[in-house]
Amino acid sequence: MDDLIKRAKELLESSRVKVVIGYENGTDGKTRALFAEKPGDADNLVFNSRCIMNLAAYVTKKEIRNKGKMALIATLPVMRAVIQLASEYQVNDDNLLVLGITPESKLIEFKDLAEVEKFVHQFQIEIDSRNKEMLDKIEKMTPSERWDFWIQELSPCFKCYACRAACPMCYCSRCTVDFNQPQWIPVPSHELGNLEWHIMRAIHLAGRCIDCDACYNACPLAIPLNLLTKRMLQDARENFGGYQPSLKADHLMSTFKPEDKDNFIL
Amino acid sequence: MNIEKRYIRKGSLEKLFEIIKSDSRTVVGPSARNDKISFKKIEKYSEITADYIQTTQSAKETAFPRTEKILDYSKNSDGISVIGTDLNEIPEIVLWGVRPCDTIGAGELSAIFNWDYRDEIYNNRKSHIAVLGFSCSKADEYCFCTSVGGNPGSTEGSDILFTRAGDDGDYLAEIMTEKGLQIASLAPDLFEKDGNVDKSGYLAKVPVKFDREQVREKLEKLFESGMWVDQSLKCLGCGACAYVCPTCACFDIQDEAHGRSGSRIRCWDSCGFSIFTLHTSGHNPREVQSQRWRQRIMHKFSYMPDRLAVYGCTGCGRCSRACPADMNILEQLISIQEAIV
Repeated sequence: MDDLIKRAKELLESSRVKVVIGYENGTDGKTRALFAEKPGDADNLVFNSRCIMNLAAYVTKKEIRNKGKMALIATLPVMRAVIQLASEYQVNDDNLLVLGITPESKLIEFKDLAEVEKFVHQFQIEIDSRNKEMLDKIEKMTPSERWDFWIQELSPCFKCYACRAACPMCYCSRCTVDFNQPQWIPVPSHELGNLEWHIMRAIHLAGRCIDCDACYNACPLAIPLNLLTKRMLQDARENFGGYQPSLKADHLMSTFKPEDKDNFIL
Repeated sequence: MNIEKRYIRKGSLEKLFEIIKSDSRTVVGPSARNDKISFKKIEKYSEITADYIQTTQSAKETAFPRTEKILDYSKNSDGISVIGTDLNEIPEIVLWGVRPCDTIGAGELSAIFNWDYRDEIYNNRKSHIAVLGFSCSKADEYCFCTSVGGNPGSTEGSDILFTRAGDDGDYLAEIMTEKGLQIASLAPDLFEKDGNVDKSGYLAKVPVKFDREQVREKLEKLFESGMWVDQSLKCLGCGACAYVCPTCACFDIQDEAHGRSGSRIRCWDSCGFSIFTLHTSGHNPREVQSQRWRQRIMHKFSYMPDRLAVYGCTGCGRCSRACPADMNILEQLISIQEAIV
């Protein structure tokens, strides 16, 4: 912690970055984003196991980017998000410096995003056992049981779009649901509206979702919508050799390889 | 001023529930699902969660559903026919287990829906709801009802307010309205006389954190303040705060057409969304999040008291609990009160 604060201060004092994005203590034991712009602000930085929000959601926000070069305190999921964002030309070495925190809670400063990528590639994205169990359970359902499961799970959704807002990959300045000429997705949060929104969201994250669970953690109604993206990760592993965010723009779902399986075509 | 004070034994609540159900009324109450407590239609008494501080969502959906068809239309050779909502189909609902910060919210919602136009559907739904409030014996650090004119044992908006007032778990029942009397008359044996219990000792302690009149006065001078940018920097721009709020009433009107017929649907909307104020021209008068956050606070603590003589906040703390970025509204309101202008 002390070295994190010390380093953040040095970066701000030397003007190497204009803002350090990290965590501070929030309400009821939670943590939240802190945007340190003056060296003194960095005193409030904290890091602990409660720092689960994916701060990469902030690096594509105009209000933050306009401040100048950003330093981002990044756990492994945040680093993955940064690499995916870099491959989509949303961040680069000129506007972002990554202050990594290793799974052992050690501070690690990366010279550039290529180093972040190297670090990230030491780890596979693993779906935790609780969610794996849930995916297996859904897999064993008949199509009509599965349909009922999803209708039931999605029914409380009131479309606050907290999942979209908290997702680092949902940075579109105008989301498909916000178009009304034509209206692709029904606005009301009725059965069809909710179903189409969640399918659309998941499909737009195919081959891009870094499995950080930010969407699920943000959902005020605890809808297990992350199961959709987790299932896609499983499919990617089984059919296309797995997903790993990479600086090369060879995106999993938009790049055809002759050896790709086509057994999903009915 | 309550009409009658009675006493009801802990074990009698279930009997009251059964009697209300057998009177063919729909009971909506707090129930746990996915670790969240929400209002839902209750079939069995055991589905009701009694031990909770606050539900994730407010009870407003009973009177102002998130999605509500307001008319059907069809086009044929004779012209266009329009069929409005059948007000006779609006169900009789008993809202069970509502906290005082929610029952008060119904008054604020009603002020909005009767401002310059009396909203027929809302008012009809509202008139078919009987509210059984339950006082708070517990509070958390998000609660601030006492700073906005409420208190954990407020009877405002309840037809009957139950307060756990006895060490053996019995309840004081304050019957406040004719509707409340009518519910009590369904089960006269359960409501015992002698309700002269001082409930204050059984209520949660919620310290006053700010003065809303002072916040209102400050806001008049803060429209151009830079504090909105600082406060809203971590806001992600979702609508969770508005959708869990007991008094947020903004809605969107959507037409869903299927060939020559279709429906007009009213659905919740939120001032936190960037497209909320987007004009057809492409111009957006609230183009950045700080302006949207300012609108949220201004609307609740300045515009609503100016125009409707009510504030738009009951201190329930739901917005802060639901916020994925931990935008704690209480902290923000305190800093507004303390702002140097």
